[in-house]
Amino acid sequence: MSKILVIAEHAEGKLNASVSKTLAAAAKIGGEVDVLVLAADGAAVAAQAAQLAGVTKVLVVNNAANTQALAALLAPQIVEVAKSGYTHLLFPGTTFGKDLAPRVAAKLDVQQVSDIMAVHGASSFDRPTYAGNAITTVEAPAGIVVATVRLASFTAVAQGGSAAVETLSISATLPGHTRFVKLEAQKSERPDLQSAARVVSGGRAMGSSDNFKIIYELADKIGAGVGASRAAVDSGYVPNDMQVGQTGKIIAPELYFAIGISGAIQHLAGIKDARTIVAINKDAEAPIFEVADFGLVADLFTAVPELSSKL
Amino acid sequence: MKALVSVKRVVDYNVRIQVKSDGSGVVTDGVKHSMNPFDEIAMEEAVRLREKGKITEIVAVSIGSEKSEETLRTALAFGADRAILIKEAGEVQPLTAAKALAAVFKKEGAQLFIAGKQAIDDDANQTGQMVASLLDIAQATFASRVDVDGGKAVVTREVDAGLETLEVDLPAVITADLRLNEPRYLKLPDIMKAKKKPLDTTTLGDLGVTAAAGIKTTKTSPPPSRSKGIVVKTVDELVAALKAKGLL
Repeated sequence: MSKILVIAEHAEGKLNASVSKTLAAAAKIGGEVDVLVLAADGAAVAAQAAQLAGVTKVLVVNNAANTQALAALLAPQIVEVAKSGYTHLLFPGTTFGKDLAPRVAAKLDVQQVSDIMAVHGASSFDRPTYAGNAITTVEAPAGIVVATVRLASFTAVAQGGSAAVETLSISATLPGHTRFVKLEAQKSERPDLQSAARVVSGGRAMGSSDNFKIIYELADKIGAGVGASRAAVDSGYVPNDMQVGQTGKIIAPELYFAIGISGAIQHLAGIKDARTIVAINKDAEAPIFEVADFGLVADLFTAVPELSSKL
Repeated sequence: MKALVSVKRVVDYNVRIQVKSDGSGVVTDGVKHSMNPFDEIAMEEAVRLREKGKITEIVAVSIGSEKSEETLRTALAFGADRAILIKEAGEVQPLTAAKALAAVFKKEGAQLFIAGKQAIDDDANQTGQMVASLLDIAQATFASRVDVDGGKAVVTREVDAGLETLEVDLPAVITADLRLNEPRYLKLPDIMKAKKKPLDTTTLGDLGVTAAAGIKTTKTSPPPSRSKGIVVKTVDELVAALKAKGLL
């Protein structure tokens, strides 16, 4: 039977929403599922993890060295825990998991499966390649399976669990070559891009960061998260953490508005799983219209305010 | 101080790839290939660090068939001083690649390993991290700003929450994000000069690397296609259509 260890992502005492989606992938594999919390003081995070459905046990490692999630410091601790009989190590497919998982996989001498989007068995998974233009079904080699989970492909598990919490002590020596300096976080009242049911994104055609306010107005009207194409980020209209696409965030909202976005392959990679796509663009030939469920060929500067006013 | 930059030959980012009808992979024969875009950024950053006097020699390295020589010539045109091709005709997965790159890094006595954050074909985003892990050295992934000074590098990283800054001791691995820089346009004289720069060939065996057990691809399929939608004429029609579907 599989024995799965899910590595918890958290910040400021709060469990990240990515964990419940990673647990959904673990549930598809089946077996015993433990969650590992590495923190300076993990009690609060562990309590949140213990409430998620399907969790057998929450393991906590408290160490001041874990105040910030630095891959070089977390990896040796995870390797030590992993060796106590786990068959799978699952990481959320966020920048946290992508930074950390390969460091662990290399130490365990196994190839890693990135971005699993479907589970066919204990070692058989689907994953996207070529910016999502080819889906490969892969068989992980014998030994421990180390994988990251594509969050847009899984629905968060429910609350209602009551797993036991156990504190571990780790003997691994941690390196001193990596030091945290600072985090410049973007604060926003809007729903988180990766978990929002509705997302409104703007592209290069917005023309300026000022003009983006019509995107925010529409988003606020319908309680949506706000995203952007790479062109809008590179032009400095919005910060990089709003980028949706192959190199930004992969999202799967119920409703996605692509406004002034042409629909390059790399952007489409980030929105292919959106339930309904709406495109507003004045170029009727824009590739975005090939994937949009509803398209409106119009000047966004008149159409978007009109849309906001009618909602 | 020496920097090692790894570059990969991939299907050009503008190509609309075709999945073979027998599910055995994607069509790569006769398709335009070029240097992985993230690796161009890694090369550019290395050249800028040399221009600032922070590094003295740039060695470009690639793993693949002899066709990867082309990619290495591009790296030499960017400004790499010499190149190493690790010749291997078959597929090389990240852990095996990382073992070979770590071996070259050690052999060269380099202080900085710079790579792209991911290749746009396998989208793995693993190799840099694995190199750092195998060498037990620091890593700074998804870099959008790099300052090297003395035995340290201060790196700003693109993380989900915003921008994180780390200070790492050298030797270290840095993987480049798109926003790190704008790669230069290669000029003909540089391309000509690159033809005369040294390009050595080695193999996994020469480096003492045996391929790690690989992930087996059993099937490759195209993603489910989205059915073509409808074009509405007015905002009112759009609102009505979305309301009819229960989306608003």
